[in-house]
Amino acid sequence: MERSVDRLSFGAGLGLIATGALLLADQRDVIELEIELFGAVVAIFLAGTGLALLWRRPSASPVAAPSASESLTVPDVASAPEPDTDRLRDLYRGGFGIALIAGAALIVLSRTGALDSAGDAILTILVAILALALVLAPFWWRLGRNLATERAERIRSQERAEMAAHVHDSVLQTLTLVQKRADDPRAVAQLARAQERELRGWLFTGDRAPASASLASALDEVAAEVEEAHRVPIEVVSVGDGPVGEPGSALVAAAREAMVNASKFAPDAGEVAVYAELSQDRAQVFVRDRGDGFDPESQPADRQGVRESIIGRMERSGGTAQIRSGPSGTEVELSIDLNGGAR
Amino acid sequence: MSAPVSVVIVDDHALFRSGVRAELEGLVEVAGDVGSVEEAVRLVSDVKPDVVLLDVHMPGGGGVEVIRRVAETAPAQRFLALSVSDAAEDVIAVVRAGARGYVTKTISGPELAEAIVRVRDGDAVFSPRLAGFVLDAFAGQITEAEADPELDQLTLREREVLRLIARGYLYKEIGLELSISPKTVEAHVSAVLRKLQLSNRHELSRWAVERRLVD
Repeated sequence: MERSVDRLSFGAGLGLIATGALLLADQRDVIELEIELFGAVVAIFLAGTGLALLWRRPSASPVAAPSASESLTVPDVASAPEPDTDRLRDLYRGGFGIALIAGAALIVLSRTGALDSAGDAILTILVAILALALVLAPFWWRLGRNLATERAERIRSQERAEMAAHVHDSVLQTLTLVQKRADDPRAVAQLARAQERELRGWLFTGDRAPASASLASALDEVAAEVEEAHRVPIEVVSVGDGPVGEPGSALVAAAREAMVNASKFAPDAGEVAVYAELSQDRAQVFVRDRGDGFDPESQPADRQGVRESIIGRMERSGGTAQIRSGPSGTEVELSIDLNGGAR
Repeated sequence: MSAPVSVVIVDDHALFRSGVRAELEGLVEVAGDVGSVEEAVRLVSDVKPDVVLLDVHMPGGGGVEVIRRVAETAPAQRFLALSVSDAAEDVIAVVRAGARGYVTKTISGPELAEAIVRVRDGDAVFSPRLAGFVLDAFAGQITEAEADPELDQLTLREREVLRLIARGYLYKEIGLELSISPKTVEAHVSAVLRKLQLSNRHELSRWAVERRLVD
């Protein structure tokens, strides 16, 4: 609709210019417009177009519409500068409509001969209108400015409210919990870490795909789960990202198991480090703890964790798992081909 | 640790400054702490500490601005970035401005003291997270023939070292793993730092811009 209105005004503009030229030529007796009908048709056409423009203007403007429906969702900052150009376009269109109607009136006057006698009067009126417009323009302009500022202010306060709501739901709640559990350092540390993770996610990784589509997000998520359950800090560093297909989910499950093991058997040995190198077709994950280590070969058969949940799971999906353990800790290395696993 | 290292702490959170001060008690000599870019520039120029512990995010331009302004009069001043900020491009920006490393605020006192000594000695300090960021920034470039390979690419060895740092290995352990001396590990890390700081890489800046756009 926008488009058609613009095209309409463009066509009408051309028509107006042509008519103006004809009128001028007629006035100076260069040519004689004999056909009365011509003038009437042009005048009606111009007046109609002008009216259409003037009447359509408010409905064509998208400014007023979204505020009611979108105020509940996140305010869209990018749309903030738009009202200015919209208003400009409206002003332009409005002026054009008025010009068209004035043009039509001039044609009628000119055809009836009233223009000759009324020439001076019209000039007077035009000058008066121009002067009035010049006087009023600054006021109008300021009014428009105020409206724009108000709108920007409203968007800003919406953002502030959203931020405040988030801080209240997360950080303030956690701080309250921290005060209540001040006698349990481990619980406090864990609360603080969970909160940090949450806030960091909110601030920095809002753009990342959800855990169902991103291996990096899925690893972050299981790390958070394991950390919550076992209260050992887990630091995940990932480079790149990959798809979560069948092999991808096997990898995440095995990595989760490795994190659980590290948390269970090396609970007081500081952070568990998880490093993931991910791409569209290959993924490698390292889970390292700083515990006392163990001998993977001599694990009793009932310890299903390592043998079944890590090694077995990886191999079934076409990947590999290697475990290296020593006095300075244990590292589980998981590798998998993300395309080849679909068997 | 040999001679006591003098340190200035720059962070706009007073609570955090006093916390770091307490943690570093007896390990290094804290010559002062300040909370703004202006004060930091003045104090650092006055005291000339061995190392400045620098917050990444501060009003008035942050760590990058402090480094830039101190460098006008004292280009040799050493900085170690210390932050909770995990926005990769912010961290990379501070390192590119001249910080000799980046550690997160969850680091323990003794570890922090060790990192400070390392920076004082002219070495680089890469936390696993920073190693991850750098690998990410230089990702996929290894096979490309670039105009200036000396600056624009990481060698395979450097990438190996970074990967081991990201996996949580200590320099000593990296040396053992790769059969090189810890000093050589240091040299590799310093080389990566230099490349990060000197490189005008198109790719690197594009990466930063892209991240800023999506974050």
